[in-house]
Amino acid sequence: MKRRDFIQRTGLVAGTLLLPSWSRGAAELASRPPIAAAVKKQLADVALNTATRLGASYADVRIGRYLNQSISTREDKVQGVTNNESYGAGVRVIVNGAWGFFSVDQLSPDAIARATTLAVEIAKANAKLQTEPVRLAPQKGLGEVSWRTPMTRNAFEVPLAEKVELLLSANAAAMKGGANFINSQLFQINEQKYFASTDGSYIDQDVHRIYPSFNVTAVDPATGRFQTRRSLSMPCGRSYDYLASPAAGKRSGVTPRYTQYYDIVEDATLAAEQARAKLSAKSVVAGQYDLVLDPSHLWLTIHESVGHATELDRVLGYEANYAGTSFATLDKWESKKFQYGSPIVNIMADKTESGSLGAVGYDDEGVPTKSWPIIKDGILVDYQKTRDQAHILGQPEGDGCSYSQSWADVQFQRMPNISLQPGKEPLTPEQMIKGVEKGIYIIGDGSFSIDQQRYNFQFGGQLFYEIKDGEIVGMLRDVAYQSNTQEFWNSCTAICDRSDYALGGAFNDGKGQPSQSNAVSHGSATARFNKVNVINTARRI
Amino acid sequence: MALLSESEAQALLQKVLAFSKADECEVSLTGGRSGNLRFARNTVSTSGASDTIRLQVQSSYGKKTGTATINELDDASLEKVVRRAEELARFAPENPEYLPFLGAQTYAQPASWFESTANLSPEDRARATAASIAACKSAGLTGAGYLEDNATFSAIANTRGLRGYQRETGIEFSVTTRTNDGLGSGFGQADFNDTKFLNTGQITETAARKAALSRDAKAIEPGKYTVILEPLAASNLSRLMIGAMDARQTDEGRTFLSKAGGASRFGEKIVDERVQIYSDPLNTEIPGSKWANDGRPRQRVDWIKDGVVTNLAYTRYWAQRQGKPEAPPPPGPRIVIGGGTASLDDLIKGVQRGILVTRFWYIRAVDPQTLLYTGLTRDGTFYVENGQIKHAIKNFRFNESPVIMLNNLEALGKPQRIEGGLVPPMVVRDFTFSSLSDAV
Repeated sequence: MKRRDFIQRTGLVAGTLLLPSWSRGAAELASRPPIAAAVKKQLADVALNTATRLGASYADVRIGRYLNQSISTREDKVQGVTNNESYGAGVRVIVNGAWGFFSVDQLSPDAIARATTLAVEIAKANAKLQTEPVRLAPQKGLGEVSWRTPMTRNAFEVPLAEKVELLLSANAAAMKGGANFINSQLFQINEQKYFASTDGSYIDQDVHRIYPSFNVTAVDPATGRFQTRRSLSMPCGRSYDYLASPAAGKRSGVTPRYTQYYDIVEDATLAAEQARAKLSAKSVVAGQYDLVLDPSHLWLTIHESVGHATELDRVLGYEANYAGTSFATLDKWESKKFQYGSPIVNIMADKTESGSLGAVGYDDEGVPTKSWPIIKDGILVDYQKTRDQAHILGQPEGDGCSYSQSWADVQFQRMPNISLQPGKEPLTPEQMIKGVEKGIYIIGDGSFSIDQQRYNFQFGGQLFYEIKDGEIVGMLRDVAYQSNTQEFWNSCTAICDRSDYALGGAFNDGKGQPSQSNAVSHGSATARFNKVNVINTARRI
Repeated sequence: MALLSESEAQALLQKVLAFSKADECEVSLTGGRSGNLRFARNTVSTSGASDTIRLQVQSSYGKKTGTATINELDDASLEKVVRRAEELARFAPENPEYLPFLGAQTYAQPASWFESTANLSPEDRARATAASIAACKSAGLTGAGYLEDNATFSAIANTRGLRGYQRETGIEFSVTTRTNDGLGSGFGQADFNDTKFLNTGQITETAARKAALSRDAKAIEPGKYTVILEPLAASNLSRLMIGAMDARQTDEGRTFLSKAGGASRFGEKIVDERVQIYSDPLNTEIPGSKWANDGRPRQRVDWIKDGVVTNLAYTRYWAQRQGKPEAPPPPGPRIVIGGGTASLDDLIKGVQRGILVTRFWYIRAVDPQTLLYTGLTRDGTFYVENGQIKHAIKNFRFNESPVIMLNNLEALGKPQRIEGGLVPPMVVRDFTFSSLSDAV
């Protein structure tokens, strides 16, 4: 179907479109409802028709209203409550084989037409420098479709007083438990995104994310030493359900670890005790240890050493000037035998997992989302790709992982959820620890750093427990481990079963120039890595 | 459209203030245009431009306060954002640390606006980038780079009579040059307020020389080495120390300056006596912002003088509580680290055995108690012997504190503008490299 035919057909019903039920969301933040899809469609068509008239071979437009709210507190005080709202459109075109992009915060038809004209001008200027014309994988038009983050309680509709009270309760619990200081925050995001393209897709999405967090500090005035313990919460693709659901999926052990639901008061209580215990913990003796890594820690190692290494734009050199390139080069993929990890290592890319930060119905270039293998039985089998990269691997479509942090920024390849699949045999963390002679059990993420080709990395954590002859014998401090990506993943000797699987993640994965943030989750069950080099980070100044 | 003049911006802010029903209201408006061009594999990849504007409203009832932002500026939206900030303030609990907004202030007048930069076009960006790509191609290298220019304004006003307006322009360029076999990599970077100082071809040629030199890197053992830090590498680490000099956290016992029993190292010599670090919005090479986020005027502040901590960054509340009425706001990005007259080449000539570092990468805090950081060298790391570059070496991971680094100072060169500041190249002894990286 030609795009013009499609517009004529859908135009007949556009006037009768009903506001989706979620348009009543964000009531506390927006005193008027989200823009109706029919209105956005009319604006989008201005961009698409203008682009086509000016010679674009492809165009897409994203009209977005982005809402967020942050509440920050310390001890018994609310330091700030901020609501942000941003509304605008970004137009992307291909003209003479080159991309052009322009974004604008005025949403009149004239302003959209002007933005499109400027995007075309930019593309024409760039085409003179272009030596590799853009080749876009085809994407069938999807018509008018919509998607929304599943939720039972919209955080934007929860009264401010209730959210403040929860944070202050957590703070009070930490102070009672022996903390000297606590800072806590609740950050919530709503992306109301409308995408339209000359392929004939009109996609309306309502994406929600939430992140409650805190940092507890314990000070020893006698020595002047201080230690911190951050929350074991994770940012997630959910709404207030994460804080207000029944205690489902909590995993017990040396400290509770949370999956579907986060008990911030319980975690703050324990954080105070643990920060104080860290003050008198034994300083680690540097050397080789078997590491038992909890999902609240391992997500970050997966993110840095697998997630970024398998972004195709990095592999090809498009990120060379900022984020870097990758050791996971095309020849390794082509060989079909590059042993990225041990045979038990299976890693999936995914944009659909419920509750994950990456979950959406469609990406920012109109591709329906999916899951696909990146590492299978330890072997590198695929990458993460956008539509203009698919042809490089001889593949027919984009992977659904194009993303832009807002209407104002151009979309490009961003990391989907990248998750280590749980072990196939029944295994709990307690059983895993029993088999370790000399090891360290690490919970929570800490310091992280990796080189620009993703070989050499160093990670810290929040809680470190020494394992001797199958038993946890006490707490350690000053711990960081260093390894090389391939060596590390090939030292993976055991992965717990699905009952231990949990998601971790980040709101603020940075990439690109100008730098953009991406929200991404990484799932895993507790996993064991043998003979990893641990350093002692204590210094004197 | 988004680049408002002083009278336009203040008229809009006064209109917003007129909607206020709160005890106090402070409004700020930021906006402007930005354009960028990105290239990789010696060809343009993504590029774009945007006009943006953002209005922030902070409303207060007594000690209760709320903040809301919006980017729509029709009258209905202006009133909506004011009502929203007021609603948040009404529902927020009292903040005992709340202070009334500042009244009228006198601001310095940094020369931060240049028409040459404000008027850049997509063709100008394409030309500047073409010069870089041409330099890469003529050197037989693969280039990836980024050019961004901005023309922005910010304005502030409140119900106590505060008014402020500033326009700024900026342009930044960076390029990574890689050998086609992937065994060598170089880097160059520059930023200015006035585009006339930017020479993308020259920056690329320097990066290209590094790339060619860095092929066939040899592995040497990790350990403690004398390092010659180029200004970018020195800036990467030094500014981390300034960023951690927060007065309240120090008084609370939780920074590298805190001591046992609630004492601090304020007034003590913490680094080599040749280290001078200050911020000054009127420095003509790095003209800065007129005011800090809370409206306090920026002025010259000495943070480290002759190696001694002479100022810490205070919030208005903490300054008042601690009896520091004229305490300085946080320094912002425009930091000056004093130096001498020696060039980088002069510094290299003075080193018997050491490592020349182009820049550091992926720097992350390891221990706030000692300000220990980790990260890696990148895009040109060389072994120096008897004052000469001998050969490229493989990249290292470091674990080091900028406090230790500035204590182990051997020499300072001539400061140059980098990362928005003025920073000299440095020679530092006993810098700790903890492992090798295969990354190029």
